[in-house]
Amino acid sequence: MKPVKKALGLLSLSLIIFSASCTKKDASTSTQAANVMVGEELIFGEFGSMTGSESTFGVSTHKGIMMAVDEVNAKGGVKGKKIKVVSYDDQGKSDEAVTVVTKLLTQDKVHVLLGEVASSRSIAVAPIAQQYKVAMISPSSTNPKVTQLGDYIFRVCFIDPFQGSVMAKFALNNLSLKKAAIFRDVKADYSMGLANYFAQEFKKMGGEIVVDVSYSSGDVDFKPQLTQIRDKKPDVLFVPGYYTEVGLISKQARELNFKGVLLGGDGWDSEKLTEIGGDSIVGGYFSNHYSADDQNPAVQNFVKGYQAKYKEVPSGLAAMGYDAAAVAIDAANRATEMSTKGIRDALATTKNYPGVTGVITINDERNAVKPAVVLKVTGPQKFSYIATVNP
Amino acid sequence: MQNIINGVAQGSVYALVALGYTMVYGVLQFINFAHSDIFMIGAFVGIYAAKWTNGYFPPIVQVMVVTLCAMAFCVALALTIERIAYRPLRTAPRLNVLITAIGISLLLENGGQVIFGADPRQFPSLLSTTSLLNSDELVLNNIQLTVILVSALLMVILHWVVHHTKLGTAMRAVSFDIEIASLMGIPTNQVIVFTFAIGASLAGCASVLYGLSYPKIEPLLGVMIGLKAFVAAVFGGIGNIMGAAIGGIILGLAESFAVYYISSSFRDAIAFGLLILILLFRPAGLLGTFRREKV
Repeated sequence: MKPVKKALGLLSLSLIIFSASCTKKDASTSTQAANVMVGEELIFGEFGSMTGSESTFGVSTHKGIMMAVDEVNAKGGVKGKKIKVVSYDDQGKSDEAVTVVTKLLTQDKVHVLLGEVASSRSIAVAPIAQQYKVAMISPSSTNPKVTQLGDYIFRVCFIDPFQGSVMAKFALNNLSLKKAAIFRDVKADYSMGLANYFAQEFKKMGGEIVVDVSYSSGDVDFKPQLTQIRDKKPDVLFVPGYYTEVGLISKQARELNFKGVLLGGDGWDSEKLTEIGGDSIVGGYFSNHYSADDQNPAVQNFVKGYQAKYKEVPSGLAAMGYDAAAVAIDAANRATEMSTKGIRDALATTKNYPGVTGVITINDERNAVKPAVVLKVTGPQKFSYIATVNP
Repeated sequence: MQNIINGVAQGSVYALVALGYTMVYGVLQFINFAHSDIFMIGAFVGIYAAKWTNGYFPPIVQVMVVTLCAMAFCVALALTIERIAYRPLRTAPRLNVLITAIGISLLLENGGQVIFGADPRQFPSLLSTTSLLNSDELVLNNIQLTVILVSALLMVILHWVVHHTKLGTAMRAVSFDIEIASLMGIPTNQVIVFTFAIGASLAGCASVLYGLSYPKIEPLLGVMIGLKAFVAAVFGGIGNIMGAAIGGIILGLAESFAVYYISSSFRDAIAFGLLILILLFRPAGLLGTFRREKV
């Protein structure tokens, strides 16, 4: 018994020392939160889901960011300083995102944070960016909460209320369908946000929501809920989820003889959507940030450059990644002082920046005000441009 | 009605995996936690086998070849694990074997992430889905029917093996008392090897059936399926073959109805709620009796 007691004593002692050293560290980090001047290089810290079930989001965004940075570096950088990008994979997990962002801020000492695609993970890390007073630009987190977490948190995309209401308007005005069902992912803030705003707008404009059910991301069997939806006979099914589940959902819905039109948000935007969903998803519509078919010269130049570099058509997420980096670069160029605070202040005054995904103005809530497009799934990995909806 | 079809199809997969748990438990009185990860590996083998055999066979033959590949690989893997990890511990306290099983399970899960990557893979759709029963109210497609029929067939075969063959008699004898069985001249190690082989081949087959119906395969796939199958095995009375089969189907049905009438968030709660209820009121499980017939 004695050695055990001794060991326990040692353990508790080491715990005390450990916790003491931890508090010490905390104290020193709070002083670090001061304004950091940019040294020889301007460092962008990127974190995203390079692997996991949303891997194409992280990878596409990364390609977009690298393209914007490479273009500027080739022209000599920002005010003579080259930009360096440090990227980490968060595997699509919130806890992992917290770890890598802390690493970016404490070890790599980045000047601007770029990420995340998913709202849940942006929400998880935003308080850390705020604590260290480093500007964070989310390329495509559309949940309203994200930028409410602090005055250092920005985004270059529109927010859920807008996306949800775009699809509600589209279903009623363009498709003239009045009976809708909602199938939401209870585990994703993004999905809940879109679903709520869709329901609100749809009802306000005279439509009827016949059934509103949920699933949890990671599920593979959706038949019970889909049976319930089918039995209520809606004209449209709004599934504001991510592509892996949406693919499986559309497949199982068609297997159960569901005949309505599927609608969704930008979470559908991946070549894997049609890989998983096959023919079942063809004919569905979703809102997105941009379309490669858009004939606007800014878009066409970007598409050409991207295709030359990566030999593929850029997805919406790639375009958002490009714009996030481009807005950060633009802010660094305009900043009166090359420091973390200087860049943040310049970001807040971004106005009418001609991005690939539309003209971007950052408003008082640090959200981007810009149009949305609606795309239709027309075949394997083919999304065609249907309409642009302005704010 | 639709819920019954959905539930039975889902439950059949649970039942096949549950059989692997229950058989090993019957013989060795320990829970082989690595079993569900063997199932996961089987699904990945299925993906690769489907890629290699693509174009050589007509679809139905290809499904059979893929299933056989997955089963063969699962059996080989299970036997290796049995030989390396479990047999040296045959005389050790049961807790040691249990912990080893958890270790093997973690090894397979994380090893799977290293080898296959954390990215979910798409299981190729070997059979095109066609509806057999087709009305607005009720839909049954060929894949669901295949899953149900194949599972039923395998369970019938298993029942026959256990009750009407020499090997089955030996298995029952070993489960009754391992030491006396070996005194009676039964090669206990061989019987145990066979038990693992049968369990793993069922898991291999189940993994392909699973892949056909839910084409999203990832290295952590085994975790939830394993827990559910384990619940099914305990529900039916662990160690009891019929119990595992019935437990699996009841669990599938319960989940299906719970999600339809309550909410999807309760899917897992229902599964584990059942486990708690059964342990409270019938600790031996639904079909478990005081002197139960074990394998």
